[in-house]
Amino acid sequence: MQQDIPSASIVSLRDVQKSFGSLKVLDGVSFTVERGEVLAIIGRSGSGKSTALRCIDRFERVDHGEIIVCGHRVDSPDVNLRALRQDVGIVFQSYNLFPHLTIEQNITLAPCSVKRMALSQAKDLARKVLAQVGLEEKLHAYPEQLSGGQQQRAAIARSLAMQPKVMLFDEVTSALDPELTVEVQKVIERLAADGMTMVMVTHEMGFAKSIADRIVFMHRGKVHETGPASILTSPTTPELAQFVGTADLKS
Amino acid sequence: MGIELDFPAVLERWPSFLDGAILTLELAFFATVLGAALGTLAAVGRRSHSSLIARACKVYVEAIRNTPLLVQIFLVYFGLASIGLKFSAFTVAVAALTINVGAYTAEIMRAGFDAIPGGQLEAAEGLALSRLQIYWHIILLPAVERVYPALTSQFVLLMLASSVCSQISAEELTAVANYIQSDTYRAFETYIIIAVLYIFLSLVMRAGFWGLGFVLFPRRRRLGTPL
Amino acid sequence: MGGHLNINHLLFLGHGALWTIGLSLIALGGGGVAGFVIALARVSSLKSVRLLSAIYVQLIQGTPLLVILFLGYFGLAAVGFQLSPLAAAGASLTLYVAAYLGEIWRGCIESVPKPQWEAAEGLALSRTQRMMKVILPQAIRIATPPTVGFMVQIIKNTSLASVVGFVELMRSGQIVNNSLFEPFAIYAIIAVVYFAMCYPISLYSQRLERRMGRGKFNLAPA
Repeated sequence: MQQDIPSASIVSLRDVQKSFGSLKVLDGVSFTVERGEVLAIIGRSGSGKSTALRCIDRFERVDHGEIIVCGHRVDSPDVNLRALRQDVGIVFQSYNLFPHLTIEQNITLAPCSVKRMALSQAKDLARKVLAQVGLEEKLHAYPEQLSGGQQQRAAIARSLAMQPKVMLFDEVTSALDPELTVEVQKVIERLAADGMTMVMVTHEMGFAKSIADRIVFMHRGKVHETGPASILTSPTTPELAQFVGTADLKS
Repeated sequence: MGIELDFPAVLERWPSFLDGAILTLELAFFATVLGAALGTLAAVGRRSHSSLIARACKVYVEAIRNTPLLVQIFLVYFGLASIGLKFSAFTVAVAALTINVGAYTAEIMRAGFDAIPGGQLEAAEGLALSRLQIYWHIILLPAVERVYPALTSQFVLLMLASSVCSQISAEELTAVANYIQSDTYRAFETYIIIAVLYIFLSLVMRAGFWGLGFVLFPRRRRLGTPL
Repeated sequence: MGGHLNINHLLFLGHGALWTIGLSLIALGGGGVAGFVIALARVSSLKSVRLLSAIYVQLIQGTPLLVILFLGYFGLAAVGFQLSPLAAAGASLTLYVAAYLGEIWRGCIESVPKPQWEAAEGLALSRTQRMMKVILPQAIRIATPPTVGFMVQIIKNTSLASVVGFVELMRSGQIVNNSLFEPFAIYAIIAVVYFAMCYPISLYSQRLERRMGRGKFNLAPA
């Protein structure tokens, strides 16, 4: 059986290593996320940032190191996955709403089947979380009837309905046009203001700077530089300086 | 040469034709329901982590899809008899048709499963759904919605193919026709009549499946788009 | 009665198997030609031709092949046209295959991308030229895997010719069984022979389909 590990941090990674075949994607990654904190993981594609995020919710198994999330020993082979995932919400780049279900059904599915919540109660909850992302009127729409930005907001609402202790965002605006990106970012900003603990992988430097309490810059599978959002304007390593430079050039 | 057709002489036997048609529908109904279940299990089995189960399911599907139904029916009929089991011809017919349509269902369902994007499964896992819940809500239901047209065409073909069961003298429409034509010496009229009846039955089944789809798939009903 | 399976029985079964192949080829040839006509008729510019061919397909696809066979053999005989088992089976299978292949091929013709039809029209080709020079060559590519796949259906369906007394594989098995009365063993052998004929074709069709799946990207408008 797994024991609850008392820890102030909601998420903590220590010396995490992970390889895909001969390719080492995570090479001794360590960081922590405290309650109410917003952590942004940035870096080039291939730097391991998405893998690090996916390890937190055990979508990737680590080869070495320790991951503790809300008291769950995620690196342990007998971690209770379903208990872990009730505590952790994750939102993907490609929304992954269930196409055959209405937005309401997308949201009520997990509370009803996992938490055995009564349907009427789950429907009230769906209305509440949809209001949080500004989509009350789409309750009975199907995913394909929504724009990309709306689908992503609905996916966030679906995660919120499980009342997670921490939310993970995996490049959630990468598939969106600039205007739609803004509407999703506003939703995330509101969540941050409400005190939600969040870890996000993002390409949007401006957004990371404005919302993150702390930045983790990953480079070649390692945490290369970490610190408050101000490191984006005054980086100490040449790699981050170069990355921020090129990122600025792009946007 | 004078061709003399006398449909009324054969149509006099309409209660027998009606019985035959109903028996054919019953046969098709049982085989469809049982075959759909068997085929779905086989499709799930083909995705099993156990290579033994996966391979057994593949052997079943390929063996059935590459041999004639007529041979399968005789094999079931004589196979059950050779191990000392006595069943009515109708039961044997249901069993053989179930085994047959199960293999086609498995192949269609497999295509439906394969079309589910991996992201759907990750999203469901991320929401803490159990394996069984994921199979039901995220894999099975959308897969059925996606392959519903192919599946129902297969079931209509099964109803038509059930005419072969007359060869083990299972009571159904073609067996009834064989009996009537030997009795009336009016083979042409008799077979024309059951051809019309089979066409009618296939229309009835298609209409039934359309209605069922209307009830089962509110998304398709509202949006009209394929999943 | 009684006795064991001997070389003569096996030769007899082999002979039956050859007729299964022969009948399959007759059905494929006859049904292929007629099916081609049906496919063209289904996309004809004349509404009446489209309607008639659609009715034909619906009628045949709504009737069991066994009933078509009975009509062709017993039905026609009862009204004075006695066909030989081979003729009845060949004709019935041809009618049957034509409806299914016609429908498969219509789908293939219609799945040639719209711009191709428009481009052909833009080149001021006649309707026949458009069909022969632009559409059909592409449709044939698309049609190959499902057509090969349908050959398996044809081989399996020839087994029904046994019920009108045509001695193909199935019927030869029944005849051998009449002298040995080992039905399960004999039908198992028959099943294995059918499998040996059908499975390689199934595999080939699957391989073609997979290759086409990749090929589709090559077909994308450049």
